[in-house]
Amino acid sequence: MKIKNLANWSRQNLFSSWYNSLISLFCIYLIIITLPPFIDWAFLSATFDGNLKTDCKTSGACWVFIKVWFEKFMYGFYPVENIWRINLSFLILILSIAASFFVRDKFKIYILFFLIFIFPIIAFILIHGSFGMQIVESREWGGLALTFILAIFGIIFSFPLGVLLALGRRSELPVIKYFSICFIEFWRGIPLITVLFAAAVMFPLLLPADTYVDKTLRIAIGIAIFESAYIAEVVRGGLQSLPKGQYDAARSLGMGYWKMNFFIILPQAIKTVIPGIANTFIALLKDTPLIVLVGMAEILGMINLAKANPYWLGMAVEGYVFAAAIFWVASYFLSSYSQRLENKYSTEKK
Amino acid sequence: MNKEKVIELNKVNKWYGEFHVLKDIDLSVYQGEKIIVCGPSGSGKSTLIRCINRLEEHQEGTVRVRDTILDHHTQSIEKIRSEVGMVFQQFNLFPHLSILDNCTLAPSWVRKMPKKDAEDLAMKYLTKVKIDDQALKFPGQLSGGQQQRAAIARALCMEPKIMLFDEPTSALDPEMIKEVLDVMTDLAKAGMTMIVVSHEMAFAKEVADRVIFMDEGSIVEEKPTAQFFSNPENERTKLFLSQIL
Repeated sequence: MKIKNLANWSRQNLFSSWYNSLISLFCIYLIIITLPPFIDWAFLSATFDGNLKTDCKTSGACWVFIKVWFEKFMYGFYPVENIWRINLSFLILILSIAASFFVRDKFKIYILFFLIFIFPIIAFILIHGSFGMQIVESREWGGLALTFILAIFGIIFSFPLGVLLALGRRSELPVIKYFSICFIEFWRGIPLITVLFAAAVMFPLLLPADTYVDKTLRIAIGIAIFESAYIAEVVRGGLQSLPKGQYDAARSLGMGYWKMNFFIILPQAIKTVIPGIANTFIALLKDTPLIVLVGMAEILGMINLAKANPYWLGMAVEGYVFAAAIFWVASYFLSSYSQRLENKYSTEKK
Repeated sequence: MNKEKVIELNKVNKWYGEFHVLKDIDLSVYQGEKIIVCGPSGSGKSTLIRCINRLEEHQEGTVRVRDTILDHHTQSIEKIRSEVGMVFQQFNLFPHLSILDNCTLAPSWVRKMPKKDAEDLAMKYLTKVKIDDQALKFPGQLSGGQQQRAAIARALCMEPKIMLFDEPTSALDPEMIKEVLDVMTDLAKAGMTMIVVSHEMAFAKEVADRVIFMDEGSIVEEKPTAQFFSNPENERTKLFLSQIL
């Protein structure tokens, strides 16, 4: 019975016509030549135990490399005894995001407020150190923690800035309108790597000699501003999709510009562009490894350092597969979160 | 009539680029009066009432609503909008908010009314338009007629002194027109000052004090209702009435 079902299913879905059969056979062939060797390399013949490269005697992956370097990959050169501070910051973040799933809608605005205005300060104090905690300079930050710090900083600041720019670009006041257009087009027109080099190398030259802005902060601000231009254009797409009647109705009820946008226009506009916003944030997350080029060691940078260690030569594949897996999981989380939001709000609309 | 003049338009002119949509419009509306504005499409009827609450900006002439002269100042615009309610052809309910929230939003954030009071007020007007049982639904779940009644309730929640209706029944299926007109008739009988852009002539005959006929941006005929229908003078009015009745 089951076999018959399977036969039926494959006839309908895989072999419904000669060209579908051809494509299906080709895909099956691809799976057969790639998947078993990969599983064999990654799991069956892989080495998990040991502390040295010499412990890896089989032909498979040497996960010992990841195990030994794991802490460095996660936290970079952050002092081991202070790692709890990073963990605590991320725990606060995860808990407040988790809480937003459970509380009622009217409290969500407080969580959002907390995430935008209060959390960055708490996280900075914890991670950088202050109030009697040992100071950890940002050049010691690294690994996945740095990736996430930059990505989260970028997301938290590029979003409101992008929304303001989108509104500005549609403003009736010429000064605001043309400022927004120039700003957006400037930042969209230059590559991220240029922004990073400018923030890391050029920007300090332009400042007076006695002022100093932390390099990580400069990079983070550069990324946030760069991404805000993209967010602005995505949100503008949403604003344009709204019927003019929504503005008429809000105005006729006596709402001013900010109330109208906050209660009526933006909630609808942003809702329609959730996929585009998620897209931008995923791209932002995956762009962070570029900071390797300005001498900062986020997770990919740490892997590069580790694979160049004389005792661990030849571990590049393991390192990059590990990095790919981490980025995939993080991106997948962002994308499923955005889908969840989309579903939630599409049911409300009906 | 010795009643207070609540709206006064004096030589109002408006252009869209080269196109002269409103030509020397003079119009006075008294407290409690019901005025129907009709005319062929493109004659400037909607633009005329949209100039009253500044959804459109006029270029020449003056618009006065009660004690406020409409000018560029946000203050005067917001003052007028808080006294003038408006109902649109396409309802324009806020689709992301429930019917109740549609009604409470402006009272709570513009009038700064406590939430409880705003909800009581909303329920009062939703009951008046007979959709109190739909209060927690979203606009997309309601029929066109129900949506338009909700839109009327939403406007009434700001407790306006004057109501503007911009072709309120034109987007409705025929069987739903009556339920909306009934609500509007009740409102008229309760003494609301109303300006209604509409081609519902039966409704006009029943509630209107005056009928205004517009063509090509001018008011070509303005008469008390009975005379307008029995004794139109202008040729264009006669032609229009013969086509529509």
